[in-house]
Amino acid sequence: MSTQTPETAQETLAAPSLKSAAADYWARIKSGDIGSLPAVLGLVALCIVFTSMSSSFLTPGNFANLLTQAAGVIVIAMGLIFVLLLGDIDLSAGYSAGVSGAVLVILVSNHHWNWVPALLVAIVAGVLMGLVIGWLVSYVGVPSFVVTLAMFLAFQGILLLLAGEGGTIAIEDKTVIAIENSNMKPLISWLFFLICAALYVLSGLRKMAVRRKAGLKTELVQLWVFKTVGLLALCAVAVFSLNLERSNNVKLVSLKGIPDVVPLILAILVVGTFFLSRTSYGRHLYAVGGNTEAARRSGIDVKRVRLFAFVICSSLAAIAGLIFVSRANSVSPTTGGNSTLLYAVGAAVIGGTSLFGGKGKMRDAILGGLVVAVIDNGMGLLGYAAGIKYIVTGLVLLVSAGVDALSRKGGN
Amino acid sequence: MSEAILSLRNINKSFGAVHVLRGVDLDIYPGQVTALVGDNGAGKSTLIKCIAGIYTPDSGEYHFDGKPVTVNGPRDATALGIEVVYQDLALCDNLDIVHNLFLGREKKKGVTLDEASMEQLARQTLDGLSVRTVKSIRQTVASLSGGQRQTVAIARAVLWNNKVVILDEPTAALGVSQTEQVLNLVRRLADAGIAVVLISHNLVDVFEVADNVAALYLGTMAAQVKLNEVSRNQVIELITTGKSAGVTNIGANK
Repeated sequence: MSTQTPETAQETLAAPSLKSAAADYWARIKSGDIGSLPAVLGLVALCIVFTSMSSSFLTPGNFANLLTQAAGVIVIAMGLIFVLLLGDIDLSAGYSAGVSGAVLVILVSNHHWNWVPALLVAIVAGVLMGLVIGWLVSYVGVPSFVVTLAMFLAFQGILLLLAGEGGTIAIEDKTVIAIENSNMKPLISWLFFLICAALYVLSGLRKMAVRRKAGLKTELVQLWVFKTVGLLALCAVAVFSLNLERSNNVKLVSLKGIPDVVPLILAILVVGTFFLSRTSYGRHLYAVGGNTEAARRSGIDVKRVRLFAFVICSSLAAIAGLIFVSRANSVSPTTGGNSTLLYAVGAAVIGGTSLFGGKGKMRDAILGGLVVAVIDNGMGLLGYAAGIKYIVTGLVLLVSAGVDALSRKGGN
Repeated sequence: MSEAILSLRNINKSFGAVHVLRGVDLDIYPGQVTALVGDNGAGKSTLIKCIAGIYTPDSGEYHFDGKPVTVNGPRDATALGIEVVYQDLALCDNLDIVHNLFLGREKKKGVTLDEASMEQLARQTLDGLSVRTVKSIRQTVASLSGGQRQTVAIARAVLWNNKVVILDEPTAALGVSQTEQVLNLVRRLADAGIAVVLISHNLVDVFEVADNVAALYLGTMAAQVKLNEVSRNQVIELITTGKSAGVTNIGANK
């Protein structure tokens, strides 16, 4: 047992240096574990390009616009990540959002329900859709690609039937519309930022304290401070610019503050990240995606894990449905259709989630969703046709999937 | 010789018309490495799967700790304290060493995972096995060498205080020095009082670490013998012809 002392000593000696941390990070990147790096670099590059080409890209108004534009796709992508982690796919998530949105609108507009129970029923609809897909995939054994392709059609049909003859049902509920169309007051925005920042710092400190108490190697303090300060500074700049007046006619209407949809997305991010990284269900999700057979032999109920992943995916799609109807003030047969699903898959993959399963984080959806939205928004400002936007977004998705595939090769 | 912890008597197993195991007897002793050898198709894997509860024998007796037991599934075997380390390692490449060690049996504090105590326990287990080749136990398994992966797989079997650890060809894909590391680890397991079953095609490995050897021949147990009482040629004879002159069978009292 005396032999273990040198090793332990070595480990603590190697720990406190920025140089070794940088070397570790570089080694991880070389081994194919690139994470969100391409998405971050891509986002920065795109912003620089569009800012230099269009004077209206980097304006407070456009920034807020970008966030509300990306919101629905981001939430669908967040749900998709659970399914992608297993190496599966849900092609029907876009129309699950549409169907849930339709349920919500019909209950509120046609049946005069309060929005809360209506939203609950819409989410239950999402859960049911997820249960059907998940059951077919994991208990019947039909490949998820086929099941969800079939459901893509079927849900589209349900949406058409629900939307009915007129094709579009408007919603006038103030709360539902507020989600994509209202902002927090500037003072509330700063308060919200401060509370979030405090919680973020506290949770980081607590994690380090727990590890130190247990006598385990902790993350380098300087590095943690650097990362935390950097992230919070970035967020503070974002809050500052969102608090600037962005209305063209201030006398008519004043537009400033964080869009209401942002705290909703942050809440999903926090809950989802907690679920994935701190609970055994999350751990099992990664295990099944990494090596299904190993997971099975470890006593993990693989079928149940897969079923729940689809349920979570469709439930989050239902929340995305709420965002879509809020943005459009209505539901139509194309709500959640067109390129929505492909943008969501693109967002997850561009953000760093692997299509092969076992690799991905909730934040990937946000980073990737922003990349997709920036391309869409920036090229729109430059006056490119929708066709060109689709081609470019498609190519970006292809490049990310290629990077994913190549990094896998490099890793092995 | 001490009492066997696991004894199989007259085990039969057929798959349709194929009679794979024909009245096999096997004894496994605590603190000893029992090598299970045999040519391809002799029934080694089937026998292991019967022990691990993946297959249920058609007939025969299964004794654990002197008591007759029925093992109807992998869970029963796990509950007895039997762990199999399979050849195609049951590890998740995308998870780190700690995650893999505790996979399916995570320690929790309320609803959240108790990472700190899992990491401590993982560190203790690896130290207890004198594993010194792993740089950080928070690195992913994908970044480990074949020998290190085997070490993690074995450590996982040890972590849960198992009484019987079955290793399916642990050195098959390893280089010379890594084979040496793993064999040392196998020896330490036995020295710690665990009953180890080592399935191997490599007689050099068998003679290096095993205490006794059980040779299967076409679904029958040719003989289970003490290793220091036989020569390599006698073991080869047992594997290839099913019998050898002058070996003393310690397994069953035939």
